[in-house]
Amino acid sequence: MAETLIPKIATPATTLTAAKTGTPLIEIENLSLYYGAAKALKDISLKLEEKVVTAFIGPSGCGKSTLLRCLNRMNDLIDNVRIDGAIKIGSHDIYAANVDVIELRKRVGMVFQKSNPFPKSIYENVAYGLRLHGFQSKSELDGTVEQSLRNAALWDEVKDRLHSSALGLSGGQQQRLCIARAIAIKPEIILMDEPASALDPIATTRIEELILELKKDFTIVIVTHNMQQAARISNYTAFFYIGELVEFDVTAKIFTNPAKKQTEDYVTGRFG
Amino acid sequence: MSKVQSRHFRAEKFDFWSFFFSGLTGLATLFILGILATILLNIIVNGWSAISWHFVSTIPKKDFFDANTTGVLPMIVGTSFRVIVMTIFVIPVGVITAIYLTEYAPNTSIITRIIRAAVNNLAGVPSIVFGLFGLGFFINFAGKNLDLLLHNANAVWGQPALIWASLTLAVMTLPVVIVATEESLKAIPPGLREASLALGATKLETILRIVLPQALPGIMTGGILAVSRAAGEVAPILFTGVAYYMASLPAHLSDQFMDLGYHVFVLSTQSPNIEQTRPILYATVLVLLLLTFALNFVAILIRARVRKKLRALG
Repeated sequence: MAETLIPKIATPATTLTAAKTGTPLIEIENLSLYYGAAKALKDISLKLEEKVVTAFIGPSGCGKSTLLRCLNRMNDLIDNVRIDGAIKIGSHDIYAANVDVIELRKRVGMVFQKSNPFPKSIYENVAYGLRLHGFQSKSELDGTVEQSLRNAALWDEVKDRLHSSALGLSGGQQQRLCIARAIAIKPEIILMDEPASALDPIATTRIEELILELKKDFTIVIVTHNMQQAARISNYTAFFYIGELVEFDVTAKIFTNPAKKQTEDYVTGRFG
Repeated sequence: MSKVQSRHFRAEKFDFWSFFFSGLTGLATLFILGILATILLNIIVNGWSAISWHFVSTIPKKDFFDANTTGVLPMIVGTSFRVIVMTIFVIPVGVITAIYLTEYAPNTSIITRIIRAAVNNLAGVPSIVFGLFGLGFFINFAGKNLDLLLHNANAVWGQPALIWASLTLAVMTLPVVIVATEESLKAIPPGLREASLALGATKLETILRIVLPQALPGIMTGGILAVSRAAGEVAPILFTGVAYYMASLPAHLSDQFMDLGYHVFVLSTQSPNIEQTRPILYATVLVLLLLTFALNFVAILIRARVRKKLRALG
């Protein structure tokens, strides 16, 4: 059973604009996750490529967010979580005993569902991660803060009030600030957990445009409930159902010609 | 439309019981306000005339029952000192304990539950028991052993002193600070902690840079409550540091001190001439009230500034 679930990643590169062939950046191997006795992820194997957008879709409770949080070990913070199997990023097992979780989270950034800027100034929000990792000089901080805000398409809106509170920004601006904060420390991978689900359509469009821009430099894994969003912005899509990976393929194929009946039912809105 | 509405919003019939109970709650409130007003007015009216610059700035002679020559400077200094020294000890210990309980301790473990139960029970211990604890633990155990180590067993620390009274009060007010800090730590959105950790911050960095600054106003509320509680307490300092009379101000942590609350007790029970002592008794009570109010006011001002700063920038 598990054999058949392993995705065939060797799709022709011509169907993708940004995908590179070669070794995948993230390899999830036979991953199972338990909350106490409950098995939340069942024997999942997935290979994600570098500098593409991969979407995780599926009905609530299917485990897609849980899997996302395995990739930067945020699940470590929850009591009673146990994991079998392995996740390799750049061929290093991130659950190996000698892994520095701090270093991992520096390389694997995260943007959350609910925008969570620190109650500090806009500038200090972006500088926070930089200061943590030893940046001190003002000119260096200034430059990186500006560049990160530019890359997050927020600079023009906030350049005149960098030192006022981030909590005064709109919801969409706050979420872009969180993206700026994440990319400031130059991660390789950005995990996004339904980053636009709390935003209005215009703010959502801006985030989506931003994601398409960011994938030139970053590998992005995004969890979304929004089918159209997955179709618009992702190169690959993985469909999960009750802790299992049902299907993983090029996004166009998932949405137009899925191999599994279950996937088809979900993406066409017949259940979920 | 309006017809339909008017049918639904007809005036209700007079309901005796609801009138009775709302009246009762109002009366109860008035009763409490009345008592408070009576006490305050009584103290202010009777105490105000006896307060003078001489009164608050004089170190009295041994016969402090004479309204013309007495003063309360040593008591003001003693009470202020013991409250400030207490605050210096109770805030760090209480905050660190609260951080351990909310951020580090496994919530379900038996040890955590025992600590929480101990904190809650500590809050219910009568204050005279804290006084006896202070005498037994701080003076007879810690102080005597310090003297053995440092002073060839001469009594320096092994006797009632400002430091032991302050520490006893710190133990007594510890639950207040712990509970207030825990509440303010719990009120911080988990999303902020996650955001910090996801940026590669350690748990300690997250606590120091994100959690504690946000919790500061709540911690200060705990401090204010502790100060209010401690300023008027007499029982915990009876055996641990307060003196009936001292000719000079306390200058060292190992000195004894005079205290406003205890002085009120002395004036009202030891006076040879009740009528002559009454005005200074009122005045001393008023000074105690004003001092407590002033200590609180300063703390509240600082808290307001911290809040404003947090809101503006962080």
